[in-house]
Formats: sequence, C-alpha cells, structure tokens
Amino acid sequence: MDFERLFQLVVAASLINNFVFTRFLGLCIFFGVSKKMETAVGMSITFTAVMVISAALSWVVFEYVMLPLDITFLKIIVFIGIIAAFVQSADTIMKKVSPSLYYKLGIYLALITTNCIILAVPLINSGERYSFLESMSFGLGSGLGFALALVIMASIREKLELADIPAPFRGLPISFIIAGLIALAFTGFSGLITL
Amino acid sequence: MAHTHKSNWELIKNGMFSENTIFRMAISLCPSIAVTNSLKNGFYMGVSVIFVQTMVNLTVSLIRNFINPKIRIPIFMMVIAGYVSIIDMSMAAWARPVYKQIGLYIQLIVAFASIFARAEVFAVKNRIVPSVCDGLGMGIGFFLAMIVISFFRELLGKGALWGFPIVSGNPLLIMILPAGGFFAVGLLMGFFNWMDAKLASRKGESASAEKQAA
Repeated sequence: MDFERLFQLVVAASLINNFVFTRFLGLCIFFGVSKKMETAVGMSITFTAVMVISAALSWVVFEYVMLPLDITFLKIIVFIGIIAAFVQSADTIMKKVSPSLYYKLGIYLALITTNCIILAVPLINSGERYSFLESMSFGLGSGLGFALALVIMASIREKLELADIPAPFRGLPISFIIAGLIALAFTGFSGLITL
Repeated sequence: MAHTHKSNWELIKNGMFSENTIFRMAISLCPSIAVTNSLKNGFYMGVSVIFVQTMVNLTVSLIRNFINPKIRIPIFMMVIAGYVSIIDMSMAAWARPVYKQIGLYIQLIVAFASIFARAEVFAVKNRIVPSVCDGLGMGIGFFLAMIVISFFRELLGKGALWGFPIVSGNPLLIMILPAGGFFAVGLLMGFFNWMDAKLASRKGESASAEKQAA
C-alpha cells in the first residue's frame, strides 16, 4: 500500500470533504459542545480515537464475517451494535485503568454512541470498499476534520459571548450563520486534490 | 413526562409545533441541511422519518412491559435500526434516483437523537395510541421543517420547485451550496424566534407561532 494514497485520503476526508461543512454530519454535537474551548478539545480527542478504532473493527467484521455470510443488508444494525459495544467497553476499561483520563473524557464517550459521524465512517468505508489501512486513514482524516471544525467554532463562539447580537438570533441561529460562513471558506479547499 | 393526560390531537400538535424537532429542540440537525437542497429530497426524508418515528413508538410501546430497564438502550437501537433498514431497502428498490443522493442520510436516521429520545421519554411509559400519536406528531413536525427549509432553498437557489422551473433569471446559487443550508436554517430559526417573541408580547401565548409562519 503506498503511503501517498493514504495521505491523500486523510487530507481529502479532513479538508475537502470535511464532515461538518460539506457532508453535514455530527451537527448536534458540533453545535452542542462548541461553546467552550476546553470541552471542544476533549471531545475532538475522544472522537478521533473512537472513529479510527471503530473503523478498524467494523472493517474486520464486514470483510470477514458479513461478506462471506452474505448478510451485508444487515450492516446498519451490525455497525451500530459494534460501535455501542465498543464505546461501552472503552468506558468500562478506562474507568478501571485510568480514572483521571476517564474523569476528563468519559462524559464525551457516553455522548458518542448515537452520533451520526461515528456510524457514517464504517458505512462509507464499506460502500467504497476501502482496504484496511484506507479505512483507518479515512477514519483518522474524518476525526481530524471534525476536530478542526470544532476548534474553529469554539474559538469564534467564545468571542461571540461579548458581541451584541439581535435578540431573536442569540444562541443557535447565529451559530448556524457562522457555520455557513466557515463552510463558505471550506469550499475553497475543493479541488485541492482530485482522487 | 410520565403518563400523559393530553388528548391525542394535543399530542400531535405538540410534536408539530411547540416541540418541533428542528426549530425548537434543535436536535437531529444533520439532515436539515444535508438533504434540503431540493424539495423532493426533503419530502422523501420527511416521509421516512414519519414512518420510522411512528413505528418505533408503536413497537416500543407494545413491548414496554417486557423490556428490562437495564438493557433498554440496545433494545431501542435494534428496533430503530430494524425499521431504518426497511425504509433503506424500500427506497433503494423503488426510488433509485433520490436514494442515490440521500441514501447515506436515510441510513443515518438510526443515529437520530429525536427518535431515540421519544422512545425513551414517551413511548416506553405510555399506552399504544398516545405513543403512536406522539410519534406521528414528532414525525410531521420534522417533515414540516424539511419542507419549509427545502422550499426556500430550492426556490432561491434554483428558481424551481420539485424540479420544475418557477422563476426565470439568475438564481442565488449560494442557497444550494453547503453554506446556504446553514444560512437558511439560521435565518429561519431566527425568524421563528422573532415571531414567538412578537406573539408572546401580544397575547402571552406563543403556541401558534410556527403555524402562521409555516
């Protein structure tokens, strides 16, 4: 497997097809946790880790269990099961092994199970029939892209606390409009790499 | 919200307006931008959600006495995933062109916070008829939001509705770009907030704000 292709996948998934700004996934969490920088960073780290590992896990199950048994039509159910089981076990293991890390990041883990990005990564991977390493790179790229979006948004929203916004637009509406402006900037990345 | 005392019609209305998934609760936002670039996509998405939400509420309410509270979350997920698979496969079979565009988002209905939340806070505690009404109301509320957003986006962005050209001239291309989706939802949300504030100050009652706006 050539390294170049993997790198391209990471860049493409994080910048060009950024999950938040061009595929519109994970918006609930994106708007929910981007109020403070600290939570945004914690969330991004947890997210990226879970995304890479669940991409790897579901690739193995898809390729070695579901394809031979010809049960790919069950992939939605199977993938969400894998992710839920993985997040639950990560939660338990972290609590035992590293309570300090659990104290910092555990709360985000609980939120992750029902998140569309985490589920979208295995679904897209299986749809595109990526190889094992490609799947993991795609997961990594998507995680980084989400982290980038979250950090940008959090830094803007922290400043926004001081701004004088018309009453009906306070809170979510103005965040949507800001997200639109960032999305406009991200359209500039399209055409950076053609895969 | 334990056993509810609202009538069935009130339950439906509650989901449609005062607890509207997109504009009031602000959950399940992903498809509100992803699939609303044309009225047709928004319509199909809305119908799928009405189906899944109603059936999930019905099923959960039917089996509510057999669910052990400790494992309720995996059970809900399985019920939801089952119905989403049904709608996913039916659309893949009968609505091929639309499915190509919004297939991924149909599959991701599984991860909708709103559907899960209604099963958790309502269906598992209530009898069958109120649960179905609640699911129907929530579904219709989502459907209306989809229609409103995609109506404005397709009209402004392409000068067309359901694929038929309505207005000639240069459309505002930005409205069908990704960025336009965020703008449209933000502006509509702001508009509904403004309507609410106006109505509340006039008669201290804001339930009909979205009805008039929609």
